Formats: sequence, structure tokens, C-alpha cells
Amino acid sequence: MYKKTQLIILIGFLIPFFSMATTIEVCQNCEINRIAKAIELAKEGDTILVKKGTYQETGLTIDKPLTLKTEEGAIIDGQNQGEIILITSDGVTIDGFEIINVGSSHLEDYSAVRIRRSEQFLIQNLIVRNPFFAIYLEKSKNGIVRNNKIYGNAKSEFNSGNGIQLWYSHENLIENNEVLQMRDGIYFEFSNHNTINNNISQNNVRYGLHFMFSHNDLIKGNSYINNGAGIAIMFSKHMKMHHNTFQDNWGSAAYGVLLKEAVDAEITHNTFQRNTTAINVEGSTRINYKHNDFISNGWAINSRGANYKNIFTKNNFLNNSFDLAYKGGMNNNSFNGNYWSDYNGYDLNRDGIGDVPYRPVKLFSHLVHKSPEAIILLRSMFIDIVDFSEKVSPVFTPDKLIDESPSMKMITHD
Amino acid sequence: MLKILKYSFFDLIRSRWSYVYLIFYFLLSVVLLFLNPSLSKAILTLMNVIILLVPLIGTIFGVMYYYNSKEFTELLLALPIKRSSIFLGQFFGVAISLSLSLILGLGIPFIIYGIFNSTAILEFSLLILLGTFLSFIFSGISYYIALSNENRIKGFGFAILVWLFMAVIYDGIFLIALNMFSDYPLDKFALIASLSNPIDLSRVMMLLKLDISALLGYTGALFKNFFGSNMGSIIAFCILVIWTVFPILALKIKSAKKDF
Repeated sequence: MYKKTQLIILIGFLIPFFSMATTIEVCQNCEINRIAKAIELAKEGDTILVKKGTYQETGLTIDKPLTLKTEEGAIIDGQNQGEIILITSDGVTIDGFEIINVGSSHLEDYSAVRIRRSEQFLIQNLIVRNPFFAIYLEKSKNGIVRNNKIYGNAKSEFNSGNGIQLWYSHENLIENNEVLQMRDGIYFEFSNHNTINNNISQNNVRYGLHFMFSHNDLIKGNSYINNGAGIAIMFSKHMKMHHNTFQDNWGSAAYGVLLKEAVDAEITHNTFQRNTTAINVEGSTRINYKHNDFISNGWAINSRGANYKNIFTKNNFLNNSFDLAYKGGMNNNSFNGNYWSDYNGYDLNRDGIGDVPYRPVKLFSHLVHKSPEAIILLRSMFIDIVDFSEKVSPVFTPDKLIDESPSMKMITHD
Repeated sequence: MLKILKYSFFDLIRSRWSYVYLIFYFLLSVVLLFLNPSLSKAILTLMNVIILLVPLIGTIFGVMYYYNSKEFTELLLALPIKRSSIFLGQFFGVAISLSLSLILGLGIPFIIYGIFNSTAILEFSLLILLGTFLSFIFSGISYYIALSNENRIKGFGFAILVWLFMAVIYDGIFLIALNMFSDYPLDKFALIASLSNPIDLSRVMMLLKLDISALLGYTGALFKNFFGSNMGSIIAFCILVIWTVFPILALKIKSAKKDF
């Protein structure tokens, strides 16, 4: 009895809300033929449904909770005049548009969609072509950015923008987006506790994913193909990275993962394939690398010094030209319990662990470090002889840098 | 000259060593193809072997054939045949039979494996081409050395030394030079140094065709730009041709002047 009255009262309260939320249609021959006008007329909670066609709009400001959507792929053309959509209210949804021609500027970061100081937004199914910045989150929280496709045409770093950028934005979900040929695919600055899930970053000029001063973010299931660097993590703490794929990041300064001043990160279950350098790490402390596969990279790991307490264990190093390049002292870094395809020791007691320690640093990698042109001697007989003699009696490579318990078989990841 | 070439060629083809050589390459490529899941991996391993062994075997065969057929050569010299055609005929006999062993020994297993239907056909043909060049170059050099040295031990030792220099010592000196002058820009020097040794040149050309060119980084980009361009490939092949022609010319001059 009591519950029933409660329900009736609740429905009674909700009715006015339902009746208030109306749908406003925008089409090119309708009474309302501009999106800006529809936004102006709309009340809180309304839905604006945009029909097929190309709409020339710039500087759309959404300052109340609205749903702006199209089911027929309407195009919003910014005519290169600057920012296209600015959201300043909580609870805004933007769905399904194709947004083209964002203006570029040397003074302002014009973007296709900018969310400013808002929460609970949902930006989905957009196709953004040729933007300066595509989706820009500014001091915004608890939003979702998903299923967007961003196609840029960046050629150099200095006059191009980022695909998705977060600035002082926390606890957002960035999911299933595809970013091609921007400066940075996805860029985080001072943004914490975000989840980055199943995105694809490809052909970006600088980094696929870039973190500066961002902490506690979770990065999983993403693919990074043919970028300047896959992920760059700088000055960031407590990052978790797993089940990502880094592939074909080639070039003089191309890395799968670039770690600089990163602290307490977890890098697990990732696959690194055919990168010039899979992981480049410098000034980083307490980072765990577990269950990763390094396949056919130039350098699997390039440790440039000032790294403390990094732990590499249960990784597979398969057919890399160099497994490890190393600079500086041991600093409690450890490389035990990995599988190295170059290991040729034996296992007499058959416990699956090699009886002879493995030395992952070759003398040749040391030589290449000193004079990079020496790389041209790769796979020559002289180098093989030099590496062999260094392996027998190490002189130049740090003699404590060993894997004491190399695995005899490839490690299967759970 | 053709008659002598034909005689030398069939003489060598009937000899046991040609078969051993052929069977060695045959087995090597069969084993590699069975053990390696990827074709380009097999080609890479094969490259390592070819870069090392082809020059060595060319060297040994050239010297050996000259000293073994010395009496027959002297007999031929008594006949009214041009000197250059005797020696050039013999040299080409050696070089062609060596190249044939290489081509057949590698070619048959790869054709059975289905190289024509794969994407690695280009790499494989380059490998065969470079192997043939190296056979010609090193049998030419060693034949010339044998011709210049009456003493067998001396000739043999000298020829092996040349191989050792080209295959190993050259790279050592190269590396030391790179290290000593590391304060200077060295990319041009490295390019020229690797162009001027046929073994290094073959190795670099092969490496750049296989996907490890990825790791060559900045300096690699320079090499890749050079060898990847048409001009670079033409220059590289011209240098290989020069290396082939040079010993033959020297051989011709030497044989005309030599006192028997």
C-alpha cells in the first residue's frame, strides 16, 4: 500500500518532465533550417534532430542540457572560420554528425567540439575531417567520448593539432575512437583517472597517445600503428597500461612507448612488433614490465639511464636485433625470468629455467650507441665475432646486467 | 676461348667438389625452409651464410683450379692459342660452374617451396644475383693471385688472406675508424666505406630489402634513401660490375706478360 502511493507520487512528479522534453527537427526546407536557431529555441532536456544535408555553422554554443543528434549523417561545415561547437553545460549529448573544415590558428586552439567545465557529456559517432583540434575537453569530468573517427592531414608538428585533447579533465571514458594523421592522436595534460579503451591511433605525426603530468589513467586494448611514437608518458604517476598493440612505429626517433620521468607504472600484456625502438625509458622509477611480447623490433628496450627499480619479468623477447641497450649503473633494475630467443644455454635439471645466466646487452649495441653509423655493420661476421668474445668474457658491458633465470620456453601469458 | 671455357666447365662439372658444393646449398636451403616458418627469415639466414661462404669457396676454387690444371695449361700454351683466351676461358669455366652450383642448389628447393607465388621473390632473386656476383669477383681475384704466385703455399695463403681481409678485417678497421672519428659527421664516410667492399655492399643491399631496415634509425634513413633510390641501386650495381671486371682485366694483362 505504502509502496504504491510512493510510485504514484513519483510518476506524478515525472509527468511534467516528460511532457517538457520535446524534439525539435531541423532540416533544410523546414521552418527551422539552422542548428543555431534550434539551440536557441530549445529548452533544457530537449532533443534536436537534424535531418540530412550540409549545414554551414560556426560558433554553436550549447549552454543547456540538450541532445543534438542526426540519424542520417548530417554534415556541419565550419568553412574554416574557427571553433564549431562549444559545450558549456552539463548533460549534453552530440551524436552522429560529420564535422568538416575547422579553422586553424596560430593563436587559438580551434576545435570541432570543445567541452568546457561540463560533466556527464556524451560525444559519439562523429566523423571529423580535416580539423585543427577535433575534440577538446577542458576542465570537464565524467564524460564519454566514443566511436568517433578523426581524419586529419597533419604533415608537421608545428602547424597541426591533436585528435582528442584533455586538459585538467578527470574520470572520462575515451573509447573505440579512431584517430588518423593528427599531431598527437590523443593528448592528456593534467588529467587523472581517465580510461582509454580500444582506440586506434595511426599515422600521427608525433605521438599516438601522449600524457603530460597525468596520473592514475588506465590504457587498455588500444592499437598504435605507424606513429612518431606510440605512447609517450612524461612526468606521470601510477599509469596502468595493458593489452595494447604497438606496431610499425619506424624512424629515427620512433618508439612504441616513450617513458620519461614516469613513476609506478604497470606495463603488462602488451605486444610490440616491428618498431625501431619498442620501449625507450629514461628517468623512470618503479615500473613493472610483465607478460609483454617484443617481436622483431630494432631495439626491444632502450634504457637511457637514471632508471631505478624497474622490473622486467615474464616477457618474451623474440628476434629483436637488440634486446637491450643500457646506460648507467644497475640501480636495482632487474631482468630476471624472461624468455630470450637469442638464449642458447642449457637446462640440466629440467626445471624450465636455464642454468646459465643470459646477458641481454650485446657489445655491438654499445658500439652503435657510441657511433650510430656503425649500424651499417649489422650482421657482419666481424660483429658476430666481437659479440661472441664479449659474451665469453664481458669487458665493456655491465657484468651484473644478467637474467639469472632465463626461461627455456616461450612464456604463455595468462 | 669458348672451347677452353667449355672444356674447363665440363671438367669442373664432372668433379666431385662441384657436386659437394651443390648438395651443400641444396641441403642448407631445404633445412632452412623446413625449420623457418617465414620465407623472409629463411632468406635472411641464407644471406648470412652466402655473404661468408660464397667468397671463401670462390677463393679456394679459383686457386685450386689454377694450380691443379697448371700442367695442362702449360701444354695448351705450347699450342697456337691466344694466351688471354686460355686463361679467361679457364677463369670463366670456374666462375660459371660455381655460380651454377649456387643457383641450382638454392633455386631448386625454393622453386619447389613455391617462391614464384610468394612476395619474397624479389629478395630471393637479389640474393641469387649477389651470390653470383660474389662468386665471379672472388674467383677472379684468387685466380689472379694464383697466376702471380708460382709458389702454391704462398698463393693459397695470400688468396685466403684477401678473403679474410674483405670478410672480417675490413669491417674491424671500419669500426675502429668510426669510433676514433666519432666527433665528425661520418654518414658519408660510412656510405663510401660500405660501398667499396663487395661483401659489405652485398650485405647492406640485402639488409635494406629485408624488413630489418626498420632499425637503421637516422643514419639508416640515409642509407635507405641512397640504396632505395634508382640512382643508388644503379651505383651499387655499377660498383659490383667494376669489382667483377677489374680482376678479369688484371688477369688478362698478367697472363699476357707472364713468363712461363
